[in-house]
Amino acid sequence: MASITTEQESELLIVLPGDQLPESGLMEDSSAAHRLTLGPGLAPMDDDSITAVKAGILKHNAVGNRWWVESNQRRYVAAQGESIIGVVTGKTAEHYKVDIGASQPALLGVLAFEGATKRNKPNHNIGDSLYCRVSMANKDMEAELECMNPTTGKADGFGELKGGFIIKVSLGLARRLLDPKNLVLRLLGQHIPFEMAVGTNGKVWVNSASAQHTILLCNGIRNSEYLNAAECVAMVKSLVEKM
Amino acid sequence: MKDADPSTNEREFLLAALKDGARIDGRKFYDFRTLRLTFGAEYGAVEVQLGNTRVLAKVSCEVIRPYTDKPTEGFLMFNTELSPMASAAFEVGRQTDEEVLVSRLIEKAMRRSRALDTEGLCIVAGEKVWSIRVDIHFLDHDGNLVDAACIAAITALLHFRRPDVTVVGEDHTLEQRNPVPLSIHHIPICTTFAFFNNGERMVVDPTFLEEQVKEGDMTITLNVHKEVCALSKAGGIPMEIDQILQCTKIAVVKVAEITAQIQAALEADAKKR
Repeated sequence: MASITTEQESELLIVLPGDQLPESGLMEDSSAAHRLTLGPGLAPMDDDSITAVKAGILKHNAVGNRWWVESNQRRYVAAQGESIIGVVTGKTAEHYKVDIGASQPALLGVLAFEGATKRNKPNHNIGDSLYCRVSMANKDMEAELECMNPTTGKADGFGELKGGFIIKVSLGLARRLLDPKNLVLRLLGQHIPFEMAVGTNGKVWVNSASAQHTILLCNGIRNSEYLNAAECVAMVKSLVEKM
Repeated sequence: MKDADPSTNEREFLLAALKDGARIDGRKFYDFRTLRLTFGAEYGAVEVQLGNTRVLAKVSCEVIRPYTDKPTEGFLMFNTELSPMASAAFEVGRQTDEEVLVSRLIEKAMRRSRALDTEGLCIVAGEKVWSIRVDIHFLDHDGNLVDAACIAAITALLHFRRPDVTVVGEDHTLEQRNPVPLSIHHIPICTTFAFFNNGERMVVDPTFLEEQVKEGDMTITLNVHKEVCALSKAGGIPMEIDQILQCTKIAVVKVAEITAQIQAALEADAKKR
C-alpha cells in the first residue's frame, strides 16, 4: 500500500482489494473531530485496520473526513438512501416485490407512497417501473424501498415512471449522469427536450416527445461512457445530424 | 435465477418504435450489429463480438481411432457452454432449452452441411484419424447467440492449422513441418430473424430485449453460393411462404457481407503472422 501523504484532489491513488490503509494517514487532517466516515469500497477489519474491498480510486472529502473508493461495476449492491429504478415482479397483501438489478429482489411496502392509507393506496401491476429510494439495505437481507421522502412524507418525484424507455448502463456511468454539470446530457438537451430519471442501480429512464428522439438520447448516453469532452461533442453532433 | 421479464415501459416502447419504423438501438430492421473478429495468439482461437454479445471459439485436435463402419472418417465435435459469465440466468451443469437449441443448430449448420471435409482428416484408414473439437464459450449475452456462435465456430475452423504428419508403415510421426489448414468446402453463416406484431414486422439480429419481446423467430443458414444449409423455426407464430422467401433473400445479402468480412479478417491476420 502506498503511503498517504498528501490529500490533493488531483492525486490519483489506486487501491486494490486487500490493500490496507494506514489509519494514521486517514486521521491526519481530522483535527477537529476524530471521526472517520467510510464509504463504499472500504471496510474495517477485525484488527481495527481499514482495508479496501474494491479496486478503484481512493477518494477523500475533508468535510467529515470521508473516505471512499470510486470504482465501476455492473452488478448493483443496494445501499441506503440511494435512488433507484425498479420493476415490479410480484405482489402480496403488504409488499410489492421489486427487481432492482441486485442479487435479490427488494421489498416495497404498499403503504410506502405519498398519502397512502389502508383504504386508499396506489395500485401497481407487475411490469410497472418505479422510481424509488432504498430505505433499508443490510447485508444478506432483502433491501427495502419506499416511494416518498421519509421526513416530509411527500412523493418528491418518486413513483411510477410512465411511458419512455429504460436503458441499463454501468453503475459508474449512472453516478456520472447524476452530476448536474454532466456534459453529454447538456449537449443532448440543446437539441432535444427530454426528461429522465437516473437510478444509481444503473437503470436510466428517458422520455421525450417521439420514439426516434428517445432512441437517439439513449444511444447518446450509452455511447458517452468512455468518451472525453471533445469526443462527446463530436458524437452528439453526428447523432443529431443523422436524425 | 431466471432473467426478469422486461418492464412494461420497455416492452411498449420497443413495439411502438417498431411500428414507427425504428429499432431501440437506432439500427435499421435488416442491419446486423457491428461485427468484430479478434484472433488469439494460437491458431484456431477467435473472439467474436456482435454488438455486446461476445463468443469465444477455440479449436483443438487429437488423433483417435475411427468407427469401424466409417474407417476413413475423421471427427468434428462442437461443445457449447452457456456459463453464468454470459448471463446470470444460466446455471452451471444445467442445460436450458436455449442451450440445447443453440448447440443443435450449430451442429446442423456445420456438421450436417458437410462444411468440413472429414475424409481429409484420415491418417491411416481404420486406425488413426484426426478428431477436431470446437469449444464455444459464451462470454456475454445480449441476444442472438446463434449467429455469433456460428460465425465464431466457422472462423475458428478456417483459422485453425493442424499438425502435418508423415505415415511410415503403420505408424505416424509428427515432423517439423508447417501445420496445414483444414479443408473446408463452404462457409455456412446463420441469420436470425425475430418477428413482432403478428409477423408484420421482422428484424435481423435481435438484441436480448428484442428476443424477450418477440413473437417468434427463425434462423436460416446459408452459404455464399446461396445454398440453404439449415432452417430452424422452433415455435412462435405461423408464417407465410412469401415471408420465408423474403427472409431468405435478405439472408443471402447478409451472408455475403459477413463472409467477406471473415475472409478480410483472416487475410489481415495471416499477413501479421
